[in-house]
Amino acid sequence: MIRLSIFTQIHEWLYSLMPASSAHILELVLIAAAYLGIFAILGLLLVWLERRVAGFFQLRLGPNRVGPIGLFQTIADALKLVSKELTGTVKADHFLYGAAPYFIITTALMAMALIPFSQEIHAFDINIGVFFIASVSSVGVVGIFLAGWASNNKYSLIGGMRTGIQMISYELSIGMVIVTMTTLAGTLQISELIEMQRNGWFIIQGHFPAILAFMIFMIAGTAESNRVPFDLVEAESELGAGFHTEYSGMNFAYFFLAEFVNLFIISSIAVVLFFGGWLAPFGITDGLHIPFIGLFWFGLKVTAIIFIFMWFRWTFPRFRIDQLLTLEWKYLLPINMVNIVVMALMVWLGLIIKF
Amino acid sequence: MSYFSDIIQGTKSLLTGMRITGNYFFKNFLTRKDVITQQYPDNKDTLKMFDRFRGEVTLAHNENNEHRCDACTTCEKTCPNGSLEVIWDKYKDPETGRNKRVLVKHIYHLEMCTMCGLCIEVCPTNALEWGQDFHHASYDRGQLTKVLNKPGSKVVAGLKG
Amino acid sequence: MEDFLGENIKTQEYFLNMGPQHPATHGVLRLLLKLDGEIVHNVDMDLGYIHRSIEKMCERDTYKQIVHLTDRLDYLSAHINNEAVCLLVEDALNIEVSDRIKVIRTIMSELTRLSSHALWWGVMGMDIGALTTFMYAFRERELINDIFEETCGARLTMNYNVIGGVRYDLHENFVKRVKALLAQLKQKLPEYDKLLTGNVIFRKRLEGIGYISKEDAIAYGLNGPTARGSGVSCDIRKIHPYSAYDRVDFEESIFTEGDSYARYKVRIKEMWQSVHIIEQLIDKIPEGEFRHKTKALIKLPPGDYLQRVETARGDFGVYVHSDGKKSPYRMKFRSPGFANLAALNKMAKGLKIADIVAILSTIDIVVPDIDR
Repeated sequence: MIRLSIFTQIHEWLYSLMPASSAHILELVLIAAAYLGIFAILGLLLVWLERRVAGFFQLRLGPNRVGPIGLFQTIADALKLVSKELTGTVKADHFLYGAAPYFIITTALMAMALIPFSQEIHAFDINIGVFFIASVSSVGVVGIFLAGWASNNKYSLIGGMRTGIQMISYELSIGMVIVTMTTLAGTLQISELIEMQRNGWFIIQGHFPAILAFMIFMIAGTAESNRVPFDLVEAESELGAGFHTEYSGMNFAYFFLAEFVNLFIISSIAVVLFFGGWLAPFGITDGLHIPFIGLFWFGLKVTAIIFIFMWFRWTFPRFRIDQLLTLEWKYLLPINMVNIVVMALMVWLGLIIKF
Repeated sequence: MSYFSDIIQGTKSLLTGMRITGNYFFKNFLTRKDVITQQYPDNKDTLKMFDRFRGEVTLAHNENNEHRCDACTTCEKTCPNGSLEVIWDKYKDPETGRNKRVLVKHIYHLEMCTMCGLCIEVCPTNALEWGQDFHHASYDRGQLTKVLNKPGSKVVAGLKG
Repeated sequence: MEDFLGENIKTQEYFLNMGPQHPATHGVLRLLLKLDGEIVHNVDMDLGYIHRSIEKMCERDTYKQIVHLTDRLDYLSAHINNEAVCLLVEDALNIEVSDRIKVIRTIMSELTRLSSHALWWGVMGMDIGALTTFMYAFRERELINDIFEETCGARLTMNYNVIGGVRYDLHENFVKRVKALLAQLKQKLPEYDKLLTGNVIFRKRLEGIGYISKEDAIAYGLNGPTARGSGVSCDIRKIHPYSAYDRVDFEESIFTEGDSYARYKVRIKEMWQSVHIIEQLIDKIPEGEFRHKTKALIKLPPGDYLQRVETARGDFGVYVHSDGKKSPYRMKFRSPGFANLAALNKMAKGLKIADIVAILSTIDIVVPDIDR
């Protein structure tokens, strides 16, 4: 489904080389390997971005020593983590303890396959796209839960339990926002969702209810990616490191990377649902044939959304567990329900803005 | 109606906070104006401590490699932590014929010093001084035990204690 | 909840060791929490992890040597601790210090209070989860530390007070720097309010949490801003004015709600009051001696002596029983943090784990002060 010309050439070359079935399998493996690479690079880049942005928020500079503007700092950190010993507790449930990081990594990778980086670079475009991302990324909670449970550490356990509560609650909000937006779009397939936004991004098409949905999505998305003000799972000042207290070295790095990749996935969903994916704003680059222009616009939009998440993180204090639930069940959920009805009415009455 | 006013008030307060941090972000991003940290090893050469900074206790030497310590051991007695040791020897003054003390080693245990400054205050001959050096980190405790009088140094002639 | 579950279904209570190495305990303090899920049933405080027997060391040292040890008690109020010992000895020996010394000591004490409260504000934000406040608070604290370093020679353990005055005269840049600091504080303190005080999440985290009534506060012997949050008037600067506090005009900051938010507001108001006090004094520092000559070896006449001062954390008391020798027979420091921490169980019962962290920060403990 990747339709870039260079990929087409590789595709034809592979099929000419070997029988169709083995060529197909090899192609899948190659794509998976490519996505693993993207995963690692993306994670490292985002960690760097976070630290750099945090520096500017906090009147500091952030990493600026290793490589130009500190770009290789996270690579150096990753190397350090790889070389570290993998410690663990004696009384841990060793199988689950070892498996937990891979749950998180796998789900994050699966969700990555759905991300439309541009019109051409889109590995897996199924007809239930958005729904698939939402459901797959919610499996990630199992990994956190397992990590918390299997570590045999009370801090981890509390962290894991908090995740369970938090994810179940905020999954609901994310789901309902997706329902709201698909009411407007009428499709779940990501490529179609984006195509429909050629007549104006959904946040403009759906105006008031879409903006409300976007705000709810930002709140719920912060909770989904376990970031301040919803970082109760890790809650540095309360639980030390939360569910990954007992993890070290690369196992810890998996959690850390997955967290940032999840941030990217959440931001991508926001871009797809509200800001027209890889479409240029007002179609300003539509006629021009610039290579990777879709990738550029998509990256720009996602970075903007990620920046807002980081802005939240470096400004707000943390919620308490009961306040977190109050916010979801007493505020977001009722508003969301009303919002769906409003959106449905608007679509029915044709009150949508289209250019 | 407090339900809705709560939401509006809350959102407003959150946005106020975001405006402040956002202001700092963009100012720092564009101009680096509000950055308050120092880039430490880079500014090592230009970094100047204040005159009164208490970095370590030193024994002042003049250009002829002479110090002003007559080994009276007041500093050793006054130090609350026992971080100073004055090792001295007796010799007979050829002029007066009286026994006098001469400093052999003025040992300073930096690892025990709390920089209270009592030794410098009580010194009757003003031999001790504050040094401004603060690069005290070392891999070995032994390196923190210093001999303050430089090799071959003498006491200033005609010192009255 | 228990009614809903009925008699037969019960959750198990468990213990959680918070500390001695834990980010929220501000040092090496161990809290043994008895929890039911997230709900705190009991808090046991385990002290003594950094006990350095400073009181015993004081019995070994002469009075001049004792002064520098008090830096290491509550290291954030180092100057005020020094002042307490010096005032005690000066009182006992009937040394009347000059006005200049008194004013210098008062300004330095208030600067110490400002720097301590600035640090507290930053750490308060960190404990609640807002990490950026720390650096913003350090911006102001850094200016204060520079003032200290220039005049006293050190940033934290200043050791500036000596018996009979202060160690050095004020540096020539002192007044200029203090004025710059005051100008910046006046500009930045409202920013603190916008960033944290008004924030809806922050208020929800503090309001009604860690409540302690006025009666309980008195019964537990709370002092300092912690007690003033419950409406107890206990400012030593007002009750037993020392140094130049009798000649400055300031308001004792008292709030009556008794919850964490009230304690937070007390400290914010105290910062404003400190600015106000320094403003009154900075332009009219009298001329005079900055250090009176004292005997080389100070001996207190036999008897009991007590001096109370108001540190950033509350009522700091120094008690000396002298038998006429060169060092005290018994020296006792009454540290504010110890009494305040004792009320933690009362405040935290029935609340959540996260609330303990919030309460601990509003009590503003410094563990070396508690353990001594």
